[in-house]
Amino acid sequence: MTTNNKIFISGDEAVAQGVKLCRPHVIAAYPITPQTITVERLSEMVEAGEMEGIYMHVESEHSAISAAMGACAVGARTFTASSSQGLLYMAEGLHYCSGGRWPVVMMNANRSVALPWSIYGDQRDSLSLLDCGWIQVYVEDAQEALDMIIQAYKIAEHKDVLTPMMVNLDGFILTHTYELVAIPEQKMVDEFLPVFETPNKMSFEEPKNLGFSSKPDDNTEFKYQQNEAMFNAIDVIRDVDQEFAEKFGRKYYDMVEEYQCEDAEVVLVALGSVCGTIRVVVDKMRAEGKKVGLLKIRYMRPFPEAEVKNLARRVNAIGVIDKDISFGYEGTVYTNVNSAISKIDKYVYKSNFVGGLGGRDITKAEIEEMFDKLFFGVANKSEEKVEFFSLNVETND
Amino acid sequence: MTNLVDIPKVNAKNMTEKEFFYGHKACAGCGGSVAVRLALKVLGERTYTALPAGCMSAVGFIFPQMAFNTNALITTFPGAASMASGIAAGAKALGQKDVKTVVFAGDGGTADIGFQALSGMIDRNDDVLYICYDNEAYMNTGIQKSGLTPYGTKTTTTPAGENLPGSITHKKNMFEIIAAHDIAYAATASIGYPQDYLNKVNKAKHIKGATFIHVYASCPTGWGTPTETSIEIAKEAVDCGLIFLAEYEDGEYKLNRNPKEFASVKDYLKKQGRFKHLNDENIQCITEHRDKKWLRMRKNWL
Repeated sequence: MTTNNKIFISGDEAVAQGVKLCRPHVIAAYPITPQTITVERLSEMVEAGEMEGIYMHVESEHSAISAAMGACAVGARTFTASSSQGLLYMAEGLHYCSGGRWPVVMMNANRSVALPWSIYGDQRDSLSLLDCGWIQVYVEDAQEALDMIIQAYKIAEHKDVLTPMMVNLDGFILTHTYELVAIPEQKMVDEFLPVFETPNKMSFEEPKNLGFSSKPDDNTEFKYQQNEAMFNAIDVIRDVDQEFAEKFGRKYYDMVEEYQCEDAEVVLVALGSVCGTIRVVVDKMRAEGKKVGLLKIRYMRPFPEAEVKNLARRVNAIGVIDKDISFGYEGTVYTNVNSAISKIDKYVYKSNFVGGLGGRDITKAEIEEMFDKLFFGVANKSEEKVEFFSLNVETND
Repeated sequence: MTNLVDIPKVNAKNMTEKEFFYGHKACAGCGGSVAVRLALKVLGERTYTALPAGCMSAVGFIFPQMAFNTNALITTFPGAASMASGIAAGAKALGQKDVKTVVFAGDGGTADIGFQALSGMIDRNDDVLYICYDNEAYMNTGIQKSGLTPYGTKTTTTPAGENLPGSITHKKNMFEIIAAHDIAYAATASIGYPQDYLNKVNKAKHIKGATFIHVYASCPTGWGTPTETSIEIAKEAVDCGLIFLAEYEDGEYKLNRNPKEFASVKDYLKKQGRFKHLNDENIQCITEHRDKKWLRMRKNWL
């Protein structure tokens, strides 16, 4: 256990503090709202000599991820940060990075994507890039953001994983609000996170050609290995979280966190900061005798299939809140949750609530209404559906 | 800054016999592979090489057959310069000494899709030598027009017919665009003048910071020229004045060759399948463009 120094900082600043503690050799980032404060703080830390790493002023997000990969390819620990359009601009590099097995760590400030232009938060940026081969974790508050940066390096750099990792935090709701955050001691982080070492690097002792082409004879095997590495990450995530808890006294419940799910009849599933609001509603409804719960999904990749199935076996209804929409179908989180549930031998009533797009608040009243709809759906054997909640327009529903 | 006068010269006699780029699958007579091979002989073993999509990455890195004997990496297509910047930064942060990072990128990867990253790399003055091997089209994808394809070139996306003489734009002026960044050292070269090219690579090797060499490299496949004439045609391009040999150093331009008389533009063009269709009027247009360019260069750079 540690004597943590607590300071009052924003989520962006918490990320910067976490990055500093991990001693990256190279930081390459391009500013984009609402991520900017993170890169500003990091550049200040480099200026002040608090960090030894090199801060690269790259001219675009594409160059940010390219530079991070280049540095990682010689064995340097790297960090980058992005959001929204910037993350999408990196998309080519995201696939490249995971295929190259370079464990770059990135902070993504979840923000809506254009058009219409919006600087405010939803999760369409990262969720639309779910298939790019990065480990994706979603945090609920600034403390979790800082802690997950430290965990991210340990997970991503693990020899059985060697996969880049994206730490997602909701734009403005987390990036720009202030909280008391415990800052771990450098010495303890150094003990927890060893110096980055990887066989997958260019070196003068053993020169290598990286980033090569493969023929149809080999390509599937490379992709199989990449997929296996992602599954390997599940055990590593568990071990790292356990070790982190022992060292720093904060535990994040691995792939998911169940809240009041023990005897729950209906459960809402969500990612990120909205989980805080759902907890409050769960407490209120529990006080009224309603058996409701929250499943906070922390990792979208690798996906916590076992945990979702485990929960589905115990409840009557699962509602999924998606701050994203895959146009022409349903929310991406719902697709993933639904796929896991379909693999168990039991019927569970399901509903997908899409909303909070472009930064709109999701209120306690709306969440309570969602729980009520789930109870109603089970009792009345209603049709399962995908709905945009609290629309300001008339619909045919 | 390094005193470039004191740098020991490299030539065929004192150059290493080691090969750092062999066993590749380039076409017979490939000028780009000559440019890579010669440069690596000057740069030596402690070199990190970055290549974007293009002929040299396509022919050098087909798993499990790797053609680079030094550390090398295929980059994203737009990210050759930025990935090289990252390599240089990583090497510096890890305390590695006496290393050089070099990019070998084609004309499309340099003047078109990779231009932003290249500009950023020079702006930051990252310790990278960027070599553009210019074969005047996207040869790896089957001969399509790039920003460095000259006027009148027949490519698969600028077909020549009754209405158009092939490409209708002149080459983007990369050398001066790079110089305008106030880079410490930039040069043009041709594999037809190898000693000049070797000297320039050697100079760039000894400069800490961003440097740029634009080397003219023939492509028998794309140009419709016999494989055995690759060096000769790259030399003729310089002799007829369509390609010039120059340096930008300490804020000054310098012409390395200033021929009293140019060889025939028509002869140079007509030896190549890609220019076979050109009429006298087209050749006149190309010649006038050359003359204007030389007028400016002689006025300002001598």
